[in-house]
Amino acid sequence: MSSSSALLGKRSATEPGSPVLVVEDLRTRIHTPRGDLQAVDGISFSLGRGETLGIVGESGSGKSVLGRTIMGLYTDGPVTTVTGRVTIAGKDVHALSAKELRSLWGADVGMVFQDPMTALNPVKKAGVHLTESLRRHRGMNRSQARARAEELLNLVGIPEPRRRLDQYPHELSGGMRQRVVIAMALANEPALLIADEPTTALDVTVQKQILDLLARLQGELGMAMVLISHNLGVVAGRADRVAVMYAGRVIEMADAATLFEAPHHPYTEALLAAIPRLHQPPHVRLEAIDGAPPNMIAPPVGCRFAPRCRYAQDDCSQVLPVLDPAAVDGVATPGHSFACHHPVNGGRH
Amino acid sequence: MAGSGTLHLRPEGDQILSVEELVVEFPAGGHTVHAVSGISFDVLDGETLGILGESGCGKSSAGRAVMQLPPPTSGSVRLGEDELTGLNDQAVRKRRARMQMIFQDPVSSLNPRRKVKDLVAEGPRIWGTEVTREQIESVLSAVGLEPAAVWDRRPHELSGGQCQRICIARALMLDPRVLICDEPVSSLDVSVQAQILNLLEETKKRYGLSMVFIAHDLAVVKNISDRIMVMYLGKVCEVLPAGRLADRALHPYTRLLLESVPEATPAGGSPDTGTQRFTGELPSPLNPPSGCRFRTRCPLATEECTTIEPQLREVGDGHYLACHNSGPGAAVA
Amino acid sequence: MSEITELPTPPAAGQALDAAVSSAPERTRRPARSVPWGSVALTLLGVVVSGVGVAALRDGNGWLQLAVVVAGLVLAYVGGGQLLRRRFGAGFDLAAWLCTTWLVLLLFAALLAPVLPLGEHQDIAGSLDAPILAAPDLLSPYPLGTNNFGLDLLSRVIHGARASLVVSLGAVLIGTVVGAALGIVSGFFRKTTDVVIGIFTNSLLAVPPLVLLIALATVLEPSLGNIALALSLLALPSVIRMARASTLTFVQREFVLAARAMGASRMRLMVRELLPNVLLPLASYGMVMISVLIVAEASLSFLGLGIQPPNPSWGNMIAEGEGNTFEEHPHIVLVPGVVLFLTVFSLNLLGEKARKRFDPRQAKL
Repeated sequence: MSSSSALLGKRSATEPGSPVLVVEDLRTRIHTPRGDLQAVDGISFSLGRGETLGIVGESGSGKSVLGRTIMGLYTDGPVTTVTGRVTIAGKDVHALSAKELRSLWGADVGMVFQDPMTALNPVKKAGVHLTESLRRHRGMNRSQARARAEELLNLVGIPEPRRRLDQYPHELSGGMRQRVVIAMALANEPALLIADEPTTALDVTVQKQILDLLARLQGELGMAMVLISHNLGVVAGRADRVAVMYAGRVIEMADAATLFEAPHHPYTEALLAAIPRLHQPPHVRLEAIDGAPPNMIAPPVGCRFAPRCRYAQDDCSQVLPVLDPAAVDGVATPGHSFACHHPVNGGRH
Repeated sequence: MAGSGTLHLRPEGDQILSVEELVVEFPAGGHTVHAVSGISFDVLDGETLGILGESGCGKSSAGRAVMQLPPPTSGSVRLGEDELTGLNDQAVRKRRARMQMIFQDPVSSLNPRRKVKDLVAEGPRIWGTEVTREQIESVLSAVGLEPAAVWDRRPHELSGGQCQRICIARALMLDPRVLICDEPVSSLDVSVQAQILNLLEETKKRYGLSMVFIAHDLAVVKNISDRIMVMYLGKVCEVLPAGRLADRALHPYTRLLLESVPEATPAGGSPDTGTQRFTGELPSPLNPPSGCRFRTRCPLATEECTTIEPQLREVGDGHYLACHNSGPGAAVA
Repeated sequence: MSEITELPTPPAAGQALDAAVSSAPERTRRPARSVPWGSVALTLLGVVVSGVGVAALRDGNGWLQLAVVVAGLVLAYVGGGQLLRRRFGAGFDLAAWLCTTWLVLLLFAALLAPVLPLGEHQDIAGSLDAPILAAPDLLSPYPLGTNNFGLDLLSRVIHGARASLVVSLGAVLIGTVVGAALGIVSGFFRKTTDVVIGIFTNSLLAVPPLVLLIALATVLEPSLGNIALALSLLALPSVIRMARASTLTFVQREFVLAARAMGASRMRLMVRELLPNVLLPLASYGMVMISVLIVAEASLSFLGLGIQPPNPSWGNMIAEGEGNTFEEHPHIVLVPGVVLFLTVFSLNLLGEKARKRFDPRQAKL
């Protein structure tokens, strides 16, 4: 793909080896009329070039708020309180001015949302969405921008890109729209792509096409990617590392294979057991997790999962477990960490 | 594929629901949308039929047409001994009450202005029967809700899972024989989805129900169904026992679906299994392709597929396939 | 994604957390810290200033007195607001409370007008010994002054409120009942019904309201009931449209389909399922509509087509200020004008607040 090789030119801004995204003890508090909601509660990780971090969690786990806080869409202000630090390509996101933030979004980080229809302005043609940002951020003239937009649509696998440029969002199918949104996110070759439930609104066959597309583009452009999803399966084949979130905290993080093979946190285990599997015979009783996630305005003391956990003991409701590296039989398992006092599958800290 | 035929219908016997040659068409700006184009199926007493397909395949339209909401353009729907089509409004209202529906969005399927106790009692009240507090409490307990805790609540004060339980309780109050579930778990979180699927299985056994379970999630449909019907663009592709779905499915479209499912396994969602062979997008239901409707995306498509619509034929025990070019005895293997 | 405007704003993301928020306990009250002397002083100062204005400047310039009283009230409002917010939390809305108080007072005064110790309001024979065109003076027997027949303005404003409120409430009631019925029927049945009702609505909108009212006023007796009926025609088209629009959105929701599946008749669907949902936005719109109709009634009376003098209504009271009277005795117009303004303002403010509160889009937070 000729266009993608052209895209690789700009990478020198970030030195090789240094992480693209660093998140340190990030906390987001949302002020609501009923009280303050601790949506993200002390999350740290870093992400290098070409790496994909999958973030999975159920609704209300804070995964989307985390994505938006990383983007700088939630800032420290009257509506939300943000503490901790997010560094994208060496820039402290929450120290940037509104103008600098816009140029960060234009150049260093792109975002793909769940519903492609809301990400596109219904009265603007697909091409205009692309050319506007190209002209503003990269100073291209009309014809340059149009040529580049065509190139981008070709890159994201849209057939007949020239014709599509002049179509309105409602004239495109759901999968096409999401491809346009991805093209917009990639227009300025970001170092980091945040994909928040990018395939949730799409059919399973289209979902696979979009996930394949994201994986291919990531490989070609060397982006770092944060892939947020409620679907463990979506993340399973696409992420190098997977972080499981529950009630605003990462409760387990490991490479995908380890996590699905031998999770140490009871919540991860329960979540995996709750999914119906294609290879099970019909009418197998599923292991549902009883109860509901905690109220995030007044979360329980101690482990947030303790009230629903089958392994919970007295200390779980008193001491909040922290995310520590794991070991099995005294041997450290690199890259695997979890936050639990009574881990499963032989895990120890 | 995407064919028709009635070979898969079982001989007269224990059928609780029989649907034949169901057609649903509705006008859209001067054109006709062919939502369902002549499908047939039957459900035996105590059986669960899963209808599987992607958005736009007509599975929801089929479910609603069975309920006569609105009545189908043509075709026959029999519930037990009662023919439902071609009746006047009043007669349909009465007979159809033995068939109840569970919807995708549990919050939206409950009147936001009503309290749980009234929501559950709604069905009998429509028919002029007053319900006792004990009846409501027992049905709430049966769906796993603490009656006292939800009694005076309104839908927006409850979680999605709780609302879906109330929808099930409400349906049970009318003592139905068939439950039609239209994507009942697709808006729920994984852990809640498992709770509701288990509840549906329990309820089915306890109340002796039959079910039509409409969904797009293969694993979910397989988990709950006895028999699965795969639909594409208003036609039936394949009918097979649920146990055969994972490895014995034959239709190219079913194969495509199976290959697209991302599975949460250590091996991962196995990207690049060759699905690139399948190209293109869902054709418009305003102007569906001739012959086999899947031919525009099918890697096996031949000249024959353009002109002759495949009919369902038996390819195994209880396994029926509508495809010229796959399965035993195919023209091109 | 380089356009800030194309990104969903952060509050939208909060929706994902609704489940977590919805079961939250009431926010606990913050314990009062030290006594806020500044606010107390401000409030007291305001009260004293208006008191001085009322009592001490009786013989001076009326405009000066008015200015002093208003300044005092503003000070008291600011200081009192600070105090109450401190006591009841930042969400306390003093303006809404004042508006409610005003409307409640007005309603009670209007209801109890015959038994209140008020001056003469319409019988000119009864006010022969009263001063004519007396200026307002809260400490005199004529607190808001008198008109050119010596009739007491306070009494007239309160009796006028009866006419104005009966007419506008009646009109809104008729408009809402008829409009909701037509709107729901139109949105539920669609097709021919919808077309017919649509033509009716559009023809009502096509006639300029004032022309319509004048035409009706010439045909109908100017009784309270007839005026209410005529004014309800003003409210009707927008109520029909609102009811139809919300019917269209609610009829697609699954709960209507579920009721149908349970066997509900069309009548039951409209009355039991749709009406309660459609009525809520209409009710808050009704608050705003009342204020519009009070003004409309006032304009009718001002034109001499509404309530006939000497029966008071706010409109014909303002009409008494025609000619030179207003220049020489501004209170003739100001008294009913201010009362009208405060009432309309209060209804609008509360209607807006109610709309926000019951708006389904914001219902969750």
